[in-house]
Amino acid sequence: MELVCPAGNLPALKTAVDHGADAVYIGFRDDTNARHFAGLNFDEKRSRAGIRYAHEHGAKVFVAINTYAQAAGWSRWQQAVDRAAGLGVDALILADIGVLDYAAGRWPDLRLHLSVQGSATNAEAIRFYHDCFDIRRVVLPRVLSLKQVQQVAAQSPVPVEVFGFGSLCVMVEGRCLLSSYVTGQSPNTFGACSPASAVRWEETAAGLESRLNNVLIDRYGEHEPAAYPTLCKGRFEVRGNTGYAIEEPTSLNTLALLPELQAMGIAAIKIEGRQRSPAYVRQVTQVWRAALDSCHKNPGQYRPDSPGLEALQTVSEGSQTTLGAYHRPWQ
Amino acid sequence: MAVSAAPRLSLGPVLYYWGRDELFDFYARIAATEVDIVYLGETVCSRRRALRSADWMQLAEQLQAAGKEVVLSTLTLVEAASELGAMRQLCGNGRFCVEANDMGAVNLLSGQQTFVTGPAINIYNSRTLQVLAGRGLKRWVLPVELGREALAEIQRQRPQGVETEVFVHGRLPLAYSARCFTARAHRLPKDDCRYRCLDYPDGLLMSTREDEDFLVLNGIQTQSARTCNLLAELDDMLALGVDVLRISPQSRHTERIIHTFHERLHGACSVAAALRMLETVTAGDRCNGYWYGAPGMDVCNTPEAACP
Repeated sequence: MELVCPAGNLPALKTAVDHGADAVYIGFRDDTNARHFAGLNFDEKRSRAGIRYAHEHGAKVFVAINTYAQAAGWSRWQQAVDRAAGLGVDALILADIGVLDYAAGRWPDLRLHLSVQGSATNAEAIRFYHDCFDIRRVVLPRVLSLKQVQQVAAQSPVPVEVFGFGSLCVMVEGRCLLSSYVTGQSPNTFGACSPASAVRWEETAAGLESRLNNVLIDRYGEHEPAAYPTLCKGRFEVRGNTGYAIEEPTSLNTLALLPELQAMGIAAIKIEGRQRSPAYVRQVTQVWRAALDSCHKNPGQYRPDSPGLEALQTVSEGSQTTLGAYHRPWQ
Repeated sequence: MAVSAAPRLSLGPVLYYWGRDELFDFYARIAATEVDIVYLGETVCSRRRALRSADWMQLAEQLQAAGKEVVLSTLTLVEAASELGAMRQLCGNGRFCVEANDMGAVNLLSGQQTFVTGPAINIYNSRTLQVLAGRGLKRWVLPVELGREALAEIQRQRPQGVETEVFVHGRLPLAYSARCFTARAHRLPKDDCRYRCLDYPDGLLMSTREDEDFLVLNGIQTQSARTCNLLAELDDMLALGVDVLRISPQSRHTERIIHTFHERLHGACSVAAALRMLETVTAGDRCNGYWYGAPGMDVCNTPEAACP
């Protein structure tokens, strides 16, 4: 299985390559990618340097152009595709049907992957993108149980990439508009969820409050650790109870499932976190490289090692991890 | 507003879990309304089986006999093999047009028969519309987070013969998950949810900790607590050449809502009067922000006369 690691900047890219990533994925500095954050991502010069570095060290570079192109800004998505093609990247990670159509027509030799933002959760959906645009790989949304992943992988016309570690979307990627409902900007339209520009922290008599465009997302007691107000991970009231009605702040970690994923023929494991630091990228890449090598050598004997698990725990949201939808009771 | 230019009215699929009798009664009443198109079927959760596919077909026939155009809607999040099987059967029904809510359904319908795409199919630009038109798309629903400006751009290059539908009234379907939030609120596992959705005919309200109605949990779907209402924006719809206006069912007063839109479309009442009427019958406060490129929950551009 290929290890696909995130890089939000050139130091992170080099770190991922140095510590054993088979591929890194990056985005350009605009709303054409789903981590459109201030100070993050690659301009043309850095992209070129990153691609050269990765290729010299035997690693691939994928470029995520995985938001939905709105008519008025269409040329930005078209230019992003052309720029990536001109840079000689190894694959584009796309979601929008219009952008896929453009890329497949203009650059027929360029390898296309369907982004997780394309929301393909079954083999028929994957077949659509394969038939129309000859995609070579699909990234599955983080909503399938292990058994469902196996069924999709068995029926998919193209190899499958799944998420192994990182911040967890509890909603189907590409099908969540909660962020734009509150802030006007969503992953689909703007490349960000619960954008920082809409966040406000306030110390009040009731406690520290986090707001997203004035909507109260959470309130913390004196000794409670505060988390970024991703709106699905706040505390709300349902039926008179206050709590994490949608999801706790937690990260996905599938280290324990590696032998099963390998047996299913999963082609690649993706690590989330282009917005995270090079230190995060180093730690996570190291742990996953070692785990993949160990699982590959002897899947029967493979066990996730505790120092590795602990290292992942410390870089997780809320310092806790879950198997997410892979594990049926989570659903 | 000229009668000849008036868009048709559609009734979206029932997004909640209602019992068998409620559904039959509801559609018997709908048959007598001014609505032109009725979308039928379970689009949210495959565990909801108050009606079998034969029941849906019976309803489809009754509504067709009452003069309605009937479209069968597929599930939105298709994961399990059984769900894929049901979707295949629906797409191959051979009698009624199908609304694809998952790209898998689009694939099954491609080149086989003309189809409609629902609001959860991501059509954000005209190139996407062109591709789907080439596969047999005859009508599409604008994703609910897009508004007037985005639609205007797409309409300018809309492929010939493709109709545009806009979600104009109802709680907005905002997200889908593998997790069932209604079961979670009852501390039940999804696989043993005891069909709690039946207790919430308009979804289960989720409020902020300062008691602001925020979202509505509807099984694996999350909706806005506010009701999207684009009645005051009907002139925009006409100007943009929108063909169909979608009203999303709520457990009570849906007929009144349809009637109010119909009256307004035919100039039988003022915007202000129509808004006042809708205010008394809708499930949540009004919002229309998405239409103006603002946060979806916002209320923009309210005609003064409609203010109390």
